[in-house]
Amino acid sequence: MARRRSESTGGRTVHFTLNGEPTEVTIAPHKTLLEVLREDLRLTGTKHGCELGECGTCAVLLDGKPVLSCLVLGLACDGKDVRTVETMADGPKLHPLQEAFAELGAAQCGYCTPGILLTAQALLEDNATPTRDDIKQALAGNLCRCTGYLKIYEAVELAAARMRGEAAEPTTESIYGRR
Amino acid sequence: MADADLRDLRVVGRAQRKIDASDKVTGRTEFADDISLPRMLYAKLLRSPHAHADIVNIDTSKAMALQGVKCVITGDSMPITFGILPVSQDEHALSPKRVRFIGDPVAAVAATSEEIATQALDLIDVVYQPLDTIANVDQAVSTSDPLIHDYGDSGNLHKLIDLEFGNVEPAFENAHSVREDLLFYGGNTHLAMEQHAAVANWTGDGKLTLWSSTQTPHYVHRALAKVLKLPPARIRVIACPNGGGFGGKSDPFNHEIAVAKLAMLTGRPVKITLTREEVFYCHRGRHPTLMWVKSGVSQDGKIEALHFRTLLDGGGYGSYGVASTYYTGALQTVTYEVERYKFQGARAFTNKPPCGPKRGHGTPQPRYALEVHLDKVAEDLKMDPAELRLKHLAPANSLTANYLRVGSIGLGACIEKAVSESGWHEKYGKLPYGTGVGIACSSYLSGAGLPIYWNDMSQSGVQLKLDRGGGVTVFCGSTDIGQGSDSILAYIVAEVLGLDPLELQIVTADTDLTPVDLGSYSSRVTLMSGNAALEAAERAREILVKHVAEKLKVPKTRVSFAEGRVFDVEDPENGMSFAEAVQISEAAQGIVGTVGSYRPPPSEGRYRGAGVGPSPAYSYSVAIALAKVDPTSGIVTVPKVWIAHDVGQCINPVTVMGQVEGSVYMGLGEALMEDMAYRENRRLVHKIPSMLEYKSPTTLEMCDVETIIVEDPDPNGPYGAKEVGQGPLLPLPPAVANAVYDAVGVRIDEVPITPEKVLKAIKDKARGKEGRYGPTSFPDIPWPEPTVVPPPWEGGDGRARKKTTTPAESSGGGSAGSGNRETGKPGART
Repeated sequence: MARRRSESTGGRTVHFTLNGEPTEVTIAPHKTLLEVLREDLRLTGTKHGCELGECGTCAVLLDGKPVLSCLVLGLACDGKDVRTVETMADGPKLHPLQEAFAELGAAQCGYCTPGILLTAQALLEDNATPTRDDIKQALAGNLCRCTGYLKIYEAVELAAARMRGEAAEPTTESIYGRR
Repeated sequence: MADADLRDLRVVGRAQRKIDASDKVTGRTEFADDISLPRMLYAKLLRSPHAHADIVNIDTSKAMALQGVKCVITGDSMPITFGILPVSQDEHALSPKRVRFIGDPVAAVAATSEEIATQALDLIDVVYQPLDTIANVDQAVSTSDPLIHDYGDSGNLHKLIDLEFGNVEPAFENAHSVREDLLFYGGNTHLAMEQHAAVANWTGDGKLTLWSSTQTPHYVHRALAKVLKLPPARIRVIACPNGGGFGGKSDPFNHEIAVAKLAMLTGRPVKITLTREEVFYCHRGRHPTLMWVKSGVSQDGKIEALHFRTLLDGGGYGSYGVASTYYTGALQTVTYEVERYKFQGARAFTNKPPCGPKRGHGTPQPRYALEVHLDKVAEDLKMDPAELRLKHLAPANSLTANYLRVGSIGLGACIEKAVSESGWHEKYGKLPYGTGVGIACSSYLSGAGLPIYWNDMSQSGVQLKLDRGGGVTVFCGSTDIGQGSDSILAYIVAEVLGLDPLELQIVTADTDLTPVDLGSYSSRVTLMSGNAALEAAERAREILVKHVAEKLKVPKTRVSFAEGRVFDVEDPENGMSFAEAVQISEAAQGIVGTVGSYRPPPSEGRYRGAGVGPSPAYSYSVAIALAKVDPTSGIVTVPKVWIAHDVGQCINPVTVMGQVEGSVYMGLGEALMEDMAYRENRRLVHKIPSMLEYKSPTTLEMCDVETIIVEDPDPNGPYGAKEVGQGPLLPLPPAVANAVYDAVGVRIDEVPITPEKVLKAIKDKARGKEGRYGPTSFPDIPWPEPTVVPPPWEGGDGRARKKTTTPAESSGGGSAGSGNRETGKPGART
């Protein structure tokens, strides 16, 4: 059905690498990357909160950098490398960021989570030892209404330590609070 | 629950992953907008550009003629009204005659694509006859022309309440000191990250299925049946996991009903996803509330009498507003002893998006007012504000003046720990100019005691199916909005049956498959569905115990469950797997399945209005905020908050921590920046219906939080658990306001505490004025005759005192309470 609609509005074919696989898709030229991913390719792991570039929910990695997929035209991705949350896990094995988010409750409703995970992944690919301030700066464009961000910071720090090969565990206080 | 019992727990109280954590971090969770069905159509709503107008004519012919458009409907197709409360059935799925705010829907289109549906909206010709608007509560109070609704207590005043628990006037006269304050709490909204979405499917057998991002599938089910005139048995509502709710998805909505109607008319699945701008129009968030508070206190700060007035700006429809209004007066009494209490509340209709329940529903506003007021009282009495609060806590296991039953209360421990961890005594009044600390307390319900529509049935139900392979499936109507309610069911059943929670199957929020749960509101789910799950699991355990005891030839009391085995506790080798235990039970008695249900204890108040406020248990919180105020710009930053919360008992400490931190975050946003603003000079258009312009805290504004968990188990909670999802938000705004005062000596009696307000107060103070920013008057309200209910210690039995027959006496509110005092039972406070 998507194809038929695309043809009726003058569909154009783009080629890009999507989650490591060469992908060819015919899209309506006005469609954003967000719409191409969710509607034409049925990759609904990428969510949206405003479709105006205000909330960070729809962030994906374009050539390794986080972008707001609601502000990028599908056509502009021709020849590029696109990574979505669907490719974070290594087969059945969760990415250390995903593990840490699950462990610490950094994903509550889970709606902003894909965008935050990918933004954090880009940060850690650039900087293996981010400070708390580095993490805050990197995630300043991603709104989360559930967590207050604190468990997200802790999860990024935990994942970063584990990715550096450290045997890191969450602190008791972080999980149980002060008593 | 005794400590010894809790020590034996294997799941409850221990850190666990949420059962859906893996789906959440891989993007596999299917939200409503992720659903796509073959031949699905896309719907859009045409919304009113006028805040108040009559619809003269709607011509949909041009829209219908657009290629790809399959159906266009208007209000005439659904004339039956709906609304969340039985007393406020004032909404239409599409307004047939009158629009009441900018964004009120008037027509709906279904087309083969969202783009075509959007184009079709432009082709619908609506002729409006604009009406004068009611922009604010002052206008609503002062004029009934135009009248927004043809129902309500007085003109444009939707609801008027006057409750009197003992005569406050003589108590004010006899008090050591009396103080009055006016405060205002601005409106703000939920801003859940997920935009509301719904998909409807109508099948040839005459059955309707609706998937929706709703917190209350049961109430949506009822609204669909009513408006669409379908037997409820033919309607299936499935609440998808919500991408955040916070109360914003707890009303039945226009778009849910419209999309169902479109599916019925086209015979095809129809999806609608609101834009972010439309979510702002749906709103149902925090009521802007003007408050007047007067207290009379003893020399050491005991509240001898409290008189509270609230005036709520309700927007264009009823929503939960009647309940919201009662809530602005309900919970003042459950934190500190209040000897006599009078509450007068009013809700006005205005031509703005309707307000309703947001996290804390109707209680953050009065909590802010009360806690700032008490800070001023403490200063008047030259008392430490933490000490003042600690001295006069409501006693455990007591009845309040308004007949709320306080069970466990860990507020004292919360205050002591927050004071100690924060170094309060070294900071309060001692930090350099520009830096300060403030304290505030709060309490919240663990579930509303009464259902939204009157009935005697269960408020939550759980079914368990035990499979001979050892699998256990839990069916419950509760709705996971991110708070982890699905996981709570798993933890509790796993605890009772000695299983790993991740092994259970959890089926929730589906009106065809699951027994009812009223919804994810009023912090009710852990307590109510938790108790239902506990009952169902204990019944299943009883069945297995009977058959295993026979097989092992041991007394039933010796059968134990742990780590997927059922065994003799005195000889753990003598036992069997859980699956075998199910098999022998199934062989002996047939399929093993149980049910559990929960209904809260009856409320002890018997007066009109007593239905709002009672809860099986109350949670308690204390926040101490550290604020920095730049006196040259008025900018307030909050580097750190210490929060202590009495949750009764953690079911999973990880999710408890998440709820506390998330509440602090949302409370901080309300304290400092979040504001629903309308242009009163531009016909009440929303000023900022976008996530960029509606300011909410990012990582750069969020404070550090030190969380202190207090566990004072409540006998009514499962394993003693009380709520945590809403309560910890409440003390944030007053704690920040009080910290600003400690920092720079100005009182900001209006939330949000924005730089311009702070700067104005600082400048005023420098000019020798009061150094306060806030409201200065409370309009005259035509309050009704008070409902007079003597408090328990003045001989009351929870009923309103019968109205006397002579007009002179019935209007003499000032003498209320004088007659019945002698009949008071001594020691009624039990």
